[in-house]
Amino acid sequence: MRRSRLLWPVLGMPAIAWMAVFFLIPLYVVLCVAFGKVDPVFRSAIPVWNPLEWSFTQLAIVVDRLVGPDNFYLPPVLRTIAYVVIAVAACLLIAFPVAWFTARHAGSHKALVLTLLVAPFWISYMMRMLAWVNLLQNDGWVNKVISLNGLLPTEQAWLSGRPTTVILGLIYGYVPYMILPLFAALDRISPSLLEAARDLGAGGFDVFRRVILPMSIPGVAAGMLLVCLPMMGDYFTNDLLSGSPGTSMIGNLINNSITTPGQSGQAAALLLIVLVVLSVPMIWYTRSTARSEVRS
Amino acid sequence: MSGPITVTDEANSLSHVHSAPDNAPRKSYTLATITFIYLLWSLVPVAIAVLFSFNSGRSRSVWQGFSLRWYIWDPEGSVLHNESLRSAVVHTLVLGVITTAIVVPLGVLFALALDRWRGRVPSGASFAVLLSFVVPEIALAIGLLFMITWLATPFELGTTAQVIGLITFQLSYPVVIVRARLLTIGTHYEEAARDLGASPLGAVRRVLLPMLYPAIFVSAILVFADVLDNFVLVRYLSANAASETTSMKIYNTARAAPTPALNAIATLILLASFAVVILGYLAYRKWGRGQGEEGTGLGSMAAM
Repeated sequence: MRRSRLLWPVLGMPAIAWMAVFFLIPLYVVLCVAFGKVDPVFRSAIPVWNPLEWSFTQLAIVVDRLVGPDNFYLPPVLRTIAYVVIAVAACLLIAFPVAWFTARHAGSHKALVLTLLVAPFWISYMMRMLAWVNLLQNDGWVNKVISLNGLLPTEQAWLSGRPTTVILGLIYGYVPYMILPLFAALDRISPSLLEAARDLGAGGFDVFRRVILPMSIPGVAAGMLLVCLPMMGDYFTNDLLSGSPGTSMIGNLINNSITTPGQSGQAAALLLIVLVVLSVPMIWYTRSTARSEVRS
Repeated sequence: MSGPITVTDEANSLSHVHSAPDNAPRKSYTLATITFIYLLWSLVPVAIAVLFSFNSGRSRSVWQGFSLRWYIWDPEGSVLHNESLRSAVVHTLVLGVITTAIVVPLGVLFALALDRWRGRVPSGASFAVLLSFVVPEIALAIGLLFMITWLATPFELGTTAQVIGLITFQLSYPVVIVRARLLTIGTHYEEAARDLGASPLGAVRRVLLPMLYPAIFVSAILVFADVLDNFVLVRYLSANAASETTSMKIYNTARAAPTPALNAIATLILLASFAVVILGYLAYRKWGRGQGEEGTGLGSMAAM
């Protein structure tokens, strides 16, 4: 029995060591840079390894750029919130009927519909964006269709800094992540429950509002989180579909700081602020997943 | 959950009972139409992008006839002859193979340990795995980039760093999938093996592991396909043109008047991804039958 007790730690050790070295240490390094010092001459970041000596210099710089007199970080942050709220709402509006249809009405086509819904997961995000870059070019198919192949003079420059294009790109990119958890939640609702609601006198809308909707809440919450978190750090959708600073988001701020020499301190501080804000839903999700794992 | 629905009209409810066949899901043309349009919107743009990889001209919006020019024939711009395009495809596949080969065994052992080992260490590690699942990829990418920049690590940016980042990011797939399977297997097969004289390791290797093959297989497929699509990690941890992947190539050149060869490398990776998934699906159906876990792969994917 003793040998068996030793077996599990031995099997788990490589991965635990791996996670400690390549997951926890990197996150700690981010903290050390975010709470580190600034080189007085080059203004570049100097990480401070001892937590007792951490300072708030980098955070102060970022906070100053957020709410100070020269707040050039603020517009991208507000823009991100607006874009994400619109995109998440749109994802929900698209995903609900699609997931409901697949779970309830697809009948013998269910497997096929499900396969097609999963397909975007196997197509790289970059390829899906590339597809839209092709379609939205000035001489692309979208302009051809809306100008009736050149009859109407309505050529639009879709790819030069339009918020609509970026928001549509975000919706297109992330809506599959909303549909699947929603489908999983809706598929679990037993048909007899809906029958019971109807038998007890509920009309179509009542059934939706008082049975389907409450029971879909876990799926809706998981979907919103899965869609929302990556959008918060997304910079590539913007870079590919707009490329203009007029539509840049938090992800672009972070990415630009990373790729600009000497700005990594600000990148770390920005990332830290985003992580702290996002940690509330992240921890909630982790805990609720752990709970449902225990329950099953 | 909502409160019970109050019975307001008994007669009404009775009339529903009498029209029982009505309770079967009715055809909903509106929902069907919405779903159909959604699927078109979701997949047709990609299909068009694939189509244009076969265009014989330079345009990505005017069809000039079918040709394999951008795959093999063009002496400069085709995937076959252009060094940087070819290396992007090869490098993407190499990353997929190496990462899968390391992360799957690592994750399977981890899942076994987490499932059977009780105490503070495993529950902390368990939490770390879930955390790695939800921590934004960009945070891990920047963390690893900083770690390599500022700490004296024995490796540099480039392929090694990319593989390390991908392993860390992907580790939760095999762990979650294999653990889900372990939960349904339970401990009695292993106990029976022990009672019949197997050593602890022997029981794992000869009884538990074969029962886990389908789950291991599914996680390998998921990891491989996901690595092919990775962008954030591989970009921050890349060093030079040699560690450029297909998704990085798309990001770097999509807006710079590319030729259909860009669509061609994207199509090749798409085909690799689909081939692996279809292969996995077929093997899984054959293999997983009788193990009572049909659809686990899809289910666990949907649960993510």
